[in-house]
Amino acid sequence: MEIVVAKGLVKEYNSFRAVNSIDFIIHRGECFSFLGPNGAGKTSVMRLIHCYMPPTEGLLHVFGLDVRRYASEIKARIGVMPQENNLDPDLSVIENLLVYARYFGIKKKEALKRAKDLLEFVGLSDRAETNVEKLSGGMKRRLVLARALINRPELIILDEPTTGLDPLSRRQVWEMIKREQQRGKTLILTTHYMEEAQHLSDRVAIMDSGRIVAIGTPQELMDKYGGSLEDVYLKLTGKRLIETTGEAIKEAE
Amino acid sequence: MINLKRALSVWHRNFTVYKKLYKSSMVLNFVEPILYLLAFGIGLSYYLREINGIPYIKFIAPGIVASSSAFAAAYECTYGTYVRMHYQKTFDAILATPVNLNDLVLGELLWGATKSLIYGTIIISVISVAGLVDSWMILLTIPLISLSGFLFSEISIIAAATVPGIDSFNYFYTLFMTPLFLFSGIFFPLENLPGIIKDLAFFNPIYHMVEIMRSASQGKADFINHILWLITTVLLLIIPPFRLMKRRLIK
Repeated sequence: MEIVVAKGLVKEYNSFRAVNSIDFIIHRGECFSFLGPNGAGKTSVMRLIHCYMPPTEGLLHVFGLDVRRYASEIKARIGVMPQENNLDPDLSVIENLLVYARYFGIKKKEALKRAKDLLEFVGLSDRAETNVEKLSGGMKRRLVLARALINRPELIILDEPTTGLDPLSRRQVWEMIKREQQRGKTLILTTHYMEEAQHLSDRVAIMDSGRIVAIGTPQELMDKYGGSLEDVYLKLTGKRLIETTGEAIKEAE
Repeated sequence: MINLKRALSVWHRNFTVYKKLYKSSMVLNFVEPILYLLAFGIGLSYYLREINGIPYIKFIAPGIVASSSAFAAAYECTYGTYVRMHYQKTFDAILATPVNLNDLVLGELLWGATKSLIYGTIIISVISVAGLVDSWMILLTIPLISLSGFLFSEISIIAAATVPGIDSFNYFYTLFMTPLFLFSGIFFPLENLPGIIKDLAFFNPIYHMVEIMRSASQGKADFINHILWLITTVLLLIIPPFRLMKRRLIK
């Protein structure tokens, strides 16, 4: 079954095309990754899918529902782990989850039960009463993941889930993501780490300047373009890389 | 496209944070109104026994309720809202849930009105205990304080949605809130001022609240026109906070 369907999807900001007419389908139970350099349009695609903003043109259906008309219904079934840790700095670990549960209309008793289970899941049970500002970077990330799961989402959006984490914390987050995958959840991931993409994704889409330049399983792409996934990535987005490096060198001179 | 239950979940988030922090913030917020009462009420009343037959400290006390509750909503929906929106990214987190932008803005407005209510009620208690209120009718003003708080929340959200940065609120307070406060009739009657200043008072929400508070505290029920002014202005300004926040956040 199709969880996300995009056809001719466009997002413009003041006539700048951040997403330039892309098509893709994400199926139930798969982990689908968007790869690409900064500014390629990955985060814009994520934000369109979780109905933060409406598309400028084209079709985008999530769970078979039009994002333009059913934003609240769609968001009720999605969990979002944003790039930035936007936890509530004034609240404790468990309060962050309870306050968030209320946005979904989850009753207090049920919310408390889910919050405790999730803290267990992400290994923060003994930190329930700690103020979030006192958590390490890895712990904050795990709490953001727990928060994204409070509404038992069918689709989980992970926008650079491990950026800035040390290798151990990264592995911990991966393990948690993998467990969600095994439970049959659909995952959408963006990352700059090719190792992460290869480790977690069933299929990847490589984006550059708002377009999807390649789409397929990591193996398919490596077979088609040769080398590792990183080689494929650099080949497909490398033209810009060389240009920008060239400019940077020129500027430095 | 607005859902009260979801708006209240946003209100509840702010209330949860407030419950944790009120001990540190509350005391500071009451120091200021009490300082005004002491400085002007006691300091000036030596020279200025009474105004229109009312002892000077009794003249200013109800007005201090009006201004302090207005400032409580303004601080909440300028600095408070801006920090949640821009620095803490709380709004981004909330908007990833079924709560939509309209629910979020309504939640903020209701919270601002609640802050007014909390501060107004406590200052009313303080001046009542101090014997500066003559009539139980002061209790009738409590819902009106929420109304004026809602109005100041609307104005402040409009400011928060349009300022380029947090420092710009200095302009809002120096050029807008402070003149409203000084020329609201709290410290002196506006009747004898030059025409233009007197006429401008009609557009000053604090002036209308001061009139309401002062009448009620003396047991006079002659403030229906001021209530109508507040209701009309709240309704006139109801759309812009939602529109401007949408323009700011969702491109």
